[in-house]
Amino acid sequence: MNKLVQRLWTFFLGYLSIHLIWTVAYLLTDTTVIPNPLAVYRDFAETFSSSILIHILYSLRRIGAGLGLSLVIGIPVGILMAGSKRMNKLLYPLVYFSYPIPKTALLPVAMLLWGMRDGSKIVIIFLIIVFQVIVAVRDSVMSIDPKMYQVIKSTGAGRGQIIRHVTLPAVLPQLLTSVRVSLGSAVSVLFFVEGYGTKYGMGYYILDSWSRINYIDMYRGIIVIAVVGFALFEGIDLLDGKLCRWKQAAD
Amino acid sequence: MFRIEHVSIQYKNNKDTLPVIRDLSMQIRQGEALVILGSSGCGKSTLINALAGSIAMESGSVSFVKESGREQGREQGKEAEGEQQEEKQPLNPKLHKIGLIPQNCGLLPWKRVRENCILPLKIRRIKIDQAYREEMNRIYEALNILHILDKYPSQLSGGQLQRAAIARAFILKPDLLLMDEPFSALDALTREEARELFLTVWKQIRPTTIMVTHSIEEALYLGTTICIMEEQEGRISLQMENPYFGQLCPQEIDYLLLQKELRERLKSREERKVAHE
Repeated sequence: MNKLVQRLWTFFLGYLSIHLIWTVAYLLTDTTVIPNPLAVYRDFAETFSSSILIHILYSLRRIGAGLGLSLVIGIPVGILMAGSKRMNKLLYPLVYFSYPIPKTALLPVAMLLWGMRDGSKIVIIFLIIVFQVIVAVRDSVMSIDPKMYQVIKSTGAGRGQIIRHVTLPAVLPQLLTSVRVSLGSAVSVLFFVEGYGTKYGMGYYILDSWSRINYIDMYRGIIVIAVVGFALFEGIDLLDGKLCRWKQAAD
Repeated sequence: MFRIEHVSIQYKNNKDTLPVIRDLSMQIRQGEALVILGSSGCGKSTLINALAGSIAMESGSVSFVKESGREQGREQGKEAEGEQQEEKQPLNPKLHKIGLIPQNCGLLPWKRVRENCILPLKIRRIKIDQAYREEMNRIYEALNILHILDKYPSQLSGGQLQRAAIARAFILKPDLLLMDEPFSALDALTREEARELFLTVWKQIRPTTIMVTHSIEEALYLGTTICIMEEQEGRISLQMENPYFGQLCPQEIDYLLLQKELRERLKSREERKVAHE
């Protein structure tokens, strides 16, 4: 709990520093692009509940679907690549080649194949996360000490039981780290994927306010998406703390 | 009876094959503890790993042998020796309960001691009823680990880890207990204590046990039978009943002579190896 309070305090300090810089910039410049922070926060609660909340839910749904799909496909593929030399030989070049490609470059293809609605949006988020998951799982499975399997094998455990009791818990810390990193990219890609074929989503909200030259609303959207990103980060950390208690015990 | 017959094990490394154990045969009576003495690299750990199902055997068989038919033969007035039948059941980790205490204890770091201890029971779907629970508690108590059951392995000392690993093996009530230098990583004092606690519980359960070690003193203390494994392809050069089982360094001349003999046997092979090189 103390750790959480400490993190929230760090977040608060960062939040304060940004607002200080913002206020100074507002005072030094005379442009509508940098509005008065107080004007942005005025009626914030009302705007949030009446219009922003629904955009957050849409964005979270897309990120959730992309993340879920990435885990469902990425974890088995990673385990398969680590466990079978043939599969690794077959899939590694593909993963190695695709990993550094900016997935947003595939947006036109995704749009053509999966349409302008949620399909292509979720596919792009999935592509951003899934390679991170595959690589993290494959690498951490390969680095498991074979001795970890000795006892469980001697008990006559099946493959499923071995994966459940040894492989998955062993890869979990690295998997969560990779999800944490890729979630950041997934949030930032919302600007691209929510810029078309939808009227909901945080990316849409900010782009729409921008196009209407409503900078106050645009800043409200930026603040909210920053907080959502932070909350996702913290969520993964909380999950890490809960699922990987043994790691903290070791520290 | 547990019988190892003509077992060969080899390591395969790309193109090369390295024979570690060739045509090994030995047997051990039920409820006895066979200690295999050998210096590092002789293949004794490989044997344990193969028995535990981690390494595949090249050839040979490992089985529990049930002798039957003697009484029946007598009743029918036939020659007992001739009528004795053997019922062989190949060792199978899915069928037989194998308790394993590896050198590194083998406790999973993400499970608490209690969860580690009951994992083999969970995997084999053994129901833990009240009587079983009480029995488990007796083992925990005897090994002095009741107070660390809710801790993670990373929070334990070497001695505590070892005792937890011993508890995990005994709780399963194994048909075969395999131990790979279980006390070698401990300091002298902790080792002595762990061995004593182990023996106390072992005597209560008496599982058929195969243990490998390089410590002569440990072999004489824990083995009802002792054998020496040769460095070359794991040949067994000596197998003997141990009259000093359960006695911690008795100051008897015969014990000291036996200790010396075993040391000579192990040492002379090492010297031969040096000369050969």
